[in-house]
Amino acid sequence: MRRLWSGLRPLTESVVAGLIGLGVGALIMWAWGYNPWPAYRVLFRESFGNTYGLASALANATPLILTALAFSVGARAGLFIIGAEGMMYMGAMAAVAAGSLRLPPGVHPLLSLAMAALAGILWGAVPAALRAVRGVHEVISTIMFNWLSHFLAFYLVANVLVDPVRAEKTVSVAKTARLPLLVRGTDLSFGIVVAVGCALLVYIWLWHTVRGYEIRAAGANPEAARYAGVSPRATILWVFALAGAMAGLAGAVETLGRPPTYAVYSGLTNLAGFGFDGIGVAMIGRTHPLGIIPAAVFYGGLQAGARLMQMWAKVPFEMVRAVQGVIVLALALPELIRIIRRLGRIRRLRRPT
Amino acid sequence: MNWAYFWSLFSISLHAMVPITLTAVGEVIGESAGLFNIGLEGILLLSAFTGTLGARAGGPLLGLLAGMITGLAVGLVFGLICAYWKGNQLIAGVGINLFALGFVAFGLQVLGSPGFYTVPRAVQLSPIRTRVGTFSPLIPLTLVLPFLVHAFLNRTRLGLVVKSVGENPEAADVAGIPVELTQLLSTMVGATLAGLAGAYISVSWLGSVTKEISAGRGFIALATVVFSGLRPLLALAGGLLFGFFESLATWIQSLPGVKEVVPWQFIAMIPYVATLLVVAGVIGRVRFPKALGIPYRRE
Repeated sequence: MRRLWSGLRPLTESVVAGLIGLGVGALIMWAWGYNPWPAYRVLFRESFGNTYGLASALANATPLILTALAFSVGARAGLFIIGAEGMMYMGAMAAVAAGSLRLPPGVHPLLSLAMAALAGILWGAVPAALRAVRGVHEVISTIMFNWLSHFLAFYLVANVLVDPVRAEKTVSVAKTARLPLLVRGTDLSFGIVVAVGCALLVYIWLWHTVRGYEIRAAGANPEAARYAGVSPRATILWVFALAGAMAGLAGAVETLGRPPTYAVYSGLTNLAGFGFDGIGVAMIGRTHPLGIIPAAVFYGGLQAGARLMQMWAKVPFEMVRAVQGVIVLALALPELIRIIRRLGRIRRLRRPT
Repeated sequence: MNWAYFWSLFSISLHAMVPITLTAVGEVIGESAGLFNIGLEGILLLSAFTGTLGARAGGPLLGLLAGMITGLAVGLVFGLICAYWKGNQLIAGVGINLFALGFVAFGLQVLGSPGFYTVPRAVQLSPIRTRVGTFSPLIPLTLVLPFLVHAFLNRTRLGLVVKSVGENPEAADVAGIPVELTQLLSTMVGATLAGLAGAYISVSWLGSVTKEISAGRGFIALATVVFSGLRPLLALAGGLLFGFFESLATWIQSLPGVKEVVPWQFIAMIPYVATLLVVAGVIGRVRFPKALGIPYRRE
């Protein structure tokens, strides 16, 4: 019974945090003069209540699974890599570049995915080296690299990969490189299979290989791991490489597998945010590769529903990111449930009986 | 090339120095007490937004006050989570940043201006006019504040209390110092200064608020704190240094003939590259409080 409870606890915490987040979201809407009840009803009906909504939720979840994996691998090793955003931009650029070549159908998507993963790895190489050699904290270095990536991607979109006919976007990925759609008339592509496959591989790698065990050991207790002969530098390099590959793939699935344009818009409007949202998704999924999948579907659904909520209830969809921030704040607490119980108990004591 | 060009470089540097220095000096206080707040970026963004609302409602001083109250409130939440409830400081900081991104984008949409909201000149903080140019009144304040914080941390009993909590919370606890309360108040003071910095950006300096107004300055301030090794006077030097790099980017773009040769995107990278180089250069030579970032639990 106790084992069952300890297994369920992370899940309970995520659900409680989700409810807190939605509660604060309702407060914000109410404070700005919206009625939260119909807004939420539209949001959930449109995200999980029908096939189209569900397909959109899964399509939105696709890049989020990958960026959340990028963060989780780092978190498991005790590294706080918040650079998935920048790695993802570079992955998308590489995917568009490789995807617009002339190549045979079977090879083309594979090559494009591989180039995107490689671009993400390369983009993480400098922060990884700075951490391994100079001890520069990855929070600072990866954020600086996010900004460098932001400007480099702006440049590439406007000057190098630009569509000669439509200047507001890059060239579209060739038909041979596109990931096939799974449900006709929706955005859901084969990318979801790539993302879920990556989650499974990362899970196997972290929990069923020696290297993965060493990485988790380094995260749980760096001193002990070092005494046991785990090289901290090797851990840093492996983790950054894997995080870069995952985030790079996130950029790839969003370009190779995202109708209708299969391209990146100027201002990166169809990419911006997936890297940071991935951190929230990773937290909701408790940085577990398999927990990330339902967490990403949940958040992807919120995003899908929020677009329609904006149409029907006129509530700006950015509201869901504020909700996510609150969820992450709640999940920062190691003893969320106990704190809530204690607060409840104080109230009960004060109440005259 | 003439004198006016160099003068503008100096003037932009001073203005760009303010938010980084205020935020960094505030974070020096918070980190001295052992709390590491990576949510500064979010505080800057939120308070730039609330500062705009405050200024439009009741003038520039109300705008600055609104920014400070926003910082204070976020600092309270962060301090409760991290000092009292032993939450993970990095995750709480990320939560603040995500919340700020969503809340400000939401607020800008509600106000009917997707991604952009201006502070009319009439309610901007009026600059000090001198014979050589105009300056924000917050510039002298920012130049003085690090000296006050330096004196507070090193010359007063309370300052030593703050540092003892960051260095060795067990010993401080045994000596009867309320560890959690000290951490909460220190991080709240730091967050309030970040709130002032955010409001300065919109109400006094740039005159508008966008979704990306903070532009990584919260993290550059964190890098400044690393550079300073938690010494407020060096934080001021770091703020001047990073302010200079930021203005250098703006300045180079304004030079005639440069835009045609180097794309603006590469010039805009200068402050971020400089931050990386400076941090990589000084790291290893700075010493941080022993208990920084570790939640204190009484055994």
